Amino acid sequence: MDFDLMLRVTPFFVAAAWVTVQISALSLALGLAMGAIGAALRLARSRLLRVLGTAYVSIFRGTPCLIQLFVLYFGGPQVGINLDPFAAGVIGLGLNIGAYMTESIRGALVAVERGQTEAARSLGLSRFQALREVVLPQAARLMIRPLGVNSVALIKGSALVSTISVVELTYTAQRYIGSTYKPFEMFAIAAVLYMIIVYGAARAVAWLDARYAIE
Amino acid sequence: MNDVAQPMIEVIDAHKRFGALEVLKGIDLSVARGQIVAIIGPSGSGKSTLLRAINHLEPLDSGEVRLDGVLVNAPLSGNAFERHINAIRQRMGMVFQHFNLFPHLTVMQNVTMAPRLLQKLSAEQARARARALLEKVGLADKADAYPARLSGGQKQRVAIARALAMEPKVMLFDEATSALDPELVDEVNLVMKQLAEEHMTMLIVTHEMRFAADVADRVLFMDGGVVVEEGPPEVIFSNPEKERTRTFLRKYL
Amino acid sequence: MGLDFSVVPEYAHFLWLGVVWTSIVTVAAAVLAFFAGILFALVVLYAPRLVAYPVRLFMWLFMGTPLLLQLFLIYFGLGQIGIDVPALLAGIIGLGLHFAVYNADVVRAGIVAVDGGQNEAARSLGLSRLQSFTHVIVPQAVRNVTPPLGNNLIALLKDSALVSVLGVTELVHGAQLAISETYRPFEFYIVAAVLYYALNLILEAGLRLVERKVEATR
Repeated sequence: MDFDLMLRVTPFFVAAAWVTVQISALSLALGLAMGAIGAALRLARSRLLRVLGTAYVSIFRGTPCLIQLFVLYFGGPQVGINLDPFAAGVIGLGLNIGAYMTESIRGALVAVERGQTEAARSLGLSRFQALREVVLPQAARLMIRPLGVNSVALIKGSALVSTISVVELTYTAQRYIGSTYKPFEMFAIAAVLYMIIVYGAARAVAWLDARYAIE
Repeated sequence: MNDVAQPMIEVIDAHKRFGALEVLKGIDLSVARGQIVAIIGPSGSGKSTLLRAINHLEPLDSGEVRLDGVLVNAPLSGNAFERHINAIRQRMGMVFQHFNLFPHLTVMQNVTMAPRLLQKLSAEQARARARALLEKVGLADKADAYPARLSGGQKQRVAIARALAMEPKVMLFDEATSALDPELVDEVNLVMKQLAEEHMTMLIVTHEMRFAADVADRVLFMDGGVVVEEGPPEVIFSNPEKERTRTFLRKYL
Repeated sequence: MGLDFSVVPEYAHFLWLGVVWTSIVTVAAAVLAFFAGILFALVVLYAPRLVAYPVRLFMWLFMGTPLLLQLFLIYFGLGQIGIDVPALLAGIIGLGLHFAVYNADVVRAGIVAVDGGQNEAARSLGLSRLQSFTHVIVPQAVRNVTPPLGNNLIALLKDSALVSVLGVTELVHGAQLAISETYRPFEFYIVAAVLYYALNLILEAGLRLVERKVEATR
């Protein structure tokens, strides 16, 4: 192990790790939004909306994320979508993880018993009020654990954007492997940084879990 | 070695602790061939541990367990001990509180599995033996059912048949009816009583005082890891010597 | 530039070849992932600490880092220590080991989930540890692990696309070959996506059949 080399390149890896964090955070936010929309679609009263929701989930979970990124970044210009790699990465990852989030959110909403809604309605609350005051708070707590799992998957999945030239952690590792011919060392640095990021996310989720999760 | 007077089961100065807690504090027990011994006592008294020590599901820290003269917890090591204990266990039958039937096998398969695998019975021989036993416990018509479809009482009767299929010298019952709904207890007790009448050597850990009084030759009262008192059921249940025994029984009778 | 799907049929052979190679890569990696996964699980559960510890470490490492990074490690790492593997083999090994680790976790959990009383009942009848494991624990564990292993297989199929980054000529790479001649990335990547989707559907149908067979004895 060439520790001297590792020490010299570490600053570049750390900078790249920060890019990974940014991409993960932004696509997580987008993913949550898409998940909420997707869940709403899948639970809608209109058949058309339900089909739309199911199609979204089916397509984005049924095809490789890599292809989704390529369609967006390389194919986008053909249909008028011109994104820089970072934006394409965030949107691509966000749409992808949104499909998984849809199922998590939908599952959480469904898991809140009907009896809760019935009790709320029988008190006189409107559908919307029942949703806001009774169902959503409980569903939100049920979502914390799946959220954690999806976040970790997202952090690891962010490595894919290296293929569309986003200078994040995996891209940097690949680049330095190519120039130093020391794959084990470069892997080690990248691995440590990924694990730190994942650990950070896990702690954040654990904190949420402790504060809000239902017993 | 095959002396008629030799006890079927002997426990000599058994000690067992779980971490800091001493659960068996020097138990001595002797069960003659064909005897029915009931062990009663509060939770945590060590009675289940004692029973499980007899077929070595709980290894003793010190002391001896003998089955028909043979040392169960022999100081052998590794594979030698494995072979030894497996052979010993084939001669003992155990019935568990939670039945532990194999859910992926039918009732018939549950009963025939060990005889076929260990005693090398042919499929036909094993099935014939199983059918006879299932008849005996009153479940011949359930032979092809899966355990999930049976009631608790039915499951326990199958469990008894499964243990009997190995033609054991002694049957160990670990709170066999404690997990059953009250109305299902009788059907299991009936089978156990029948076994008793056939002079099977039986060690019964139970909360069923009336059943113990009816079936047992001797009753042991355990509390806090020791045998407080033992004697025939008439004495123990109607006129116990020790105060502790009295206090315990008062809660139950 | 606009879209023109009419060019696709002319270059379809790249895609068909890609489908074949994707299937080969997926099957080969899946077989490795299956057997290595079982091996890792058994080691973690039953092997002495000296052997189990490095396996645990490896598993922790491979579960906490991206597959793409692992592929680079294996491809370039093996070259570094003098073993020159073709990209195809590196891809299969990387994909296989990655999912072996996830499978190992599933298998381990599936075995542990089988109630302890089952083993006690088997042992009390006189069955040896091995007999209890083979005849009582394993059949029940199989039932526990089949659905999650199936999910991992589906993920493996999709992640097989990543080996294209090493230059392996599978479906993504096939699409890229067509794109290099037609300059129509949208059309070919979409068609590739459709092909992956179809492969996925076939795989899911197959898995459902397997699950039904495993559930049959109930």
